[in-house]
Amino acid sequence: MKILACISVVPDTTTKITFTENNTQFNTAGVQYILNPYDELAVTRGLEIAEANGGTLTIVHVGKAEAEPVIRKALSMGANEAIRIDADPTDAQYVAEEIAKIAVGYNLILTGRESIDYNGGVVCGMLGSLLGITSINVVTRIDYADGKFSFDRDIDGGRETVSCAGPCVASAQKELCEPRIPNMRGIMAARTKPLQVLAPQAAANYTNYASYELPVAKTGVRLIDASEAGKLIDILRNEAKVI
Amino acid sequence: MSVLVFAEISDGKFKKATYEAVSYGRQVADMLETKVVAIAIGNGADASELGEYGAHVVKTINTSDSFTADAYAAAVNASANEVSASTVIISNTYTGKSLAPRLAQLMGASLATNVVSLPDTSNGFQVKRSVFSGKAFAFVNLQRDKKVIAITPNSFEIKSFGDTAVIEAASTNVGSTGLTIDAVNKVTGKIPLTEAEVVVSGGRGMKGPENWHLIEDLASALGAATACSKPVSDMDWRPHSEHVGQTGITIKPNLYIAIGISGAIQHLAGVSSSKVIVAINKDPEAPFFKAADYGIVGDAFEILPQLIAAAKN
Ligand SMILES: Cc1cc2nc3c(=O)[nH]c(=O)nc-3n(C[C@H](O)[C@H](O)[C@H](O)COP(=O)(O)OP(=O)(O)OC[C@H]3O[C@@H](n4cnc5c(N)ncnc54)[C@H](O)[C@@H]3O)c2cc1C
Ligand SMILES: Nc1ncnc2c1ncn2[C@@H]1O[C@H](COP(=O)(O)O)[C@@H](O)[C@H]1O
Repeated sequence: MKILACISVVPDTTTKITFTENNTQFNTAGVQYILNPYDELAVTRGLEIAEANGGTLTIVHVGKAEAEPVIRKALSMGANEAIRIDADPTDAQYVAEEIAKIAVGYNLILTGRESIDYNGGVVCGMLGSLLGITSINVVTRIDYADGKFSFDRDIDGGRETVSCAGPCVASAQKELCEPRIPNMRGIMAARTKPLQVLAPQAAANYTNYASYELPVAKTGVRLIDASEAGKLIDILRNEAKVI
Repeated sequence: MSVLVFAEISDGKFKKATYEAVSYGRQVADMLETKVVAIAIGNGADASELGEYGAHVVKTINTSDSFTADAYAAAVNASANEVSASTVIISNTYTGKSLAPRLAQLMGASLATNVVSLPDTSNGFQVKRSVFSGKAFAFVNLQRDKKVIAITPNSFEIKSFGDTAVIEAASTNVGSTGLTIDAVNKVTGKIPLTEAEVVVSGGRGMKGPENWHLIEDLASALGAATACSKPVSDMDWRPHSEHVGQTGITIKPNLYIAIGISGAIQHLAGVSSSKVIVAINKDPEAPFFKAADYGIVGDAFEILPQLIAAAKN
């Protein structure tokens, strides 16, 4: 069985978001980059399934060389090999088209539910459509048995169990598994695992980011005395008019 | 040319988010001087309702098939072709977010999800979307002739246009899917977190799952959904589906009440777009007070009974 996990590299969750050049560029100064938390789940579960079924897990990332420490981390978790498509993507369409070109022949393709920077949540569905295979968003369980993949997926107001023989693409949601922490042996082994760098094949950009803005800061909290807490309800009803 | 709105049906009814999407679609159509067509796929919902919120035409596909992204995308794409839609509006629910990218591919359209503004067409076609889990907004240009826009629930008012829509059966059906649906488990009678107007949320300060009846009582008195911080769901006090924040669900209710939650940056990322925020915490230095509109410094176990009593009143 061949499994492909798509990883994005994102600012650490504690990053204070600021912009430069008249709010047209994300300020990367001092930002620590990490493996997107949902992709960590995709890699972990992909590995568990590959290991249980005598398969392999390949990592793919569309990005520049700066991402290689994060790609190595995924390799140190246990992935067999990695592909980096050498481009600086600014658009999910571009990412999906580049990945689609190398994604043929895999039984299962995994992404994260969304990248925590641009929060598109769209690469999974785009890949499914480009490859002409089914896509399953926000999965909290993946199992493989009797030649079929079985998934639990979050739906509006509930959960659904679905299955297919593959190939298919699914996006990882929290609860899928506990992220695997690389051990020393894994870290040593990752140093020599194959990391292939491919040139991009000139995919299209369908969007471009013009500028950014920070949310309006709160003007200050209005405190209500704990002994008169009930007053809060009155204020929310009659002044803020939100209940 | 026209604007097409995907009118989502859940449990035999249109969702509130669907009315928002139709009203949004109408405003886009007015801007582009064209008509708005809604495509309603499912069972039971009263298509004529959508005229009130702005639809000129409602096309219906009657089916009891569960949603699958591949099958629905084919149906919506066929409708988009039939009515020469340049722009498709979808609500950013789980269903909408699964559908949008596949549809955009089939249409060759530019796609934006998490959209929180009407388009600005003064110079191209630009929308505002939330990024960095609500820590910032971005203005993004949609460069293709066709556009798919997925709007964030609770971001747009439902408007009354008082029109009567023309209702007709769509000439297409849902396509085939590569997926088998084995079981559906719907929680009925609960407000989905992403669509709730009021959310009552508890953190580690609630001490244990046995105290959650206080959160639930306040929520039910306010008609609210319940949520929690990450450690609370990690410890299995509450289901993972209630975890809000940067690595959980991002929400945008009119009112978010945070009880016994410190206000870590990762938590705030998922809730800071809420219109009004209330923080209740015994520590006056808790960071949440800096992000809140109203606050009460005190013990949750003394404050909650007072709030529940007042809310029931
Ligand atoms: C990669 C990463 C991602 C993360 N993603 C998320 C996320 O998506 N969502 C999220 O929530 N967190 C997230 N976190 C965790 C986050 O950093 C905080 O640890 C978490 O939000 C704290 O939860 P809490 O406020 O419930 O608990 P605590 O920080 O323990 O705070 C409890 C609060 O309750 C108050 N309190 C205690 N007793 C009472 C009482 N009797 N009455 C009133 N107040 C009381 C205390 O003063 C304190 O402020 C993430 C962390 C990391 C590293
Ligand atoms: N540059 C990238 N390279 C590889 N995979 C990516 C990239 N960007 C996003 N992805 C994958 O797509 C998922 C969803 O990303 P997005 O649609 O951008 O929110 C991520 O969790 C990754 O699995």
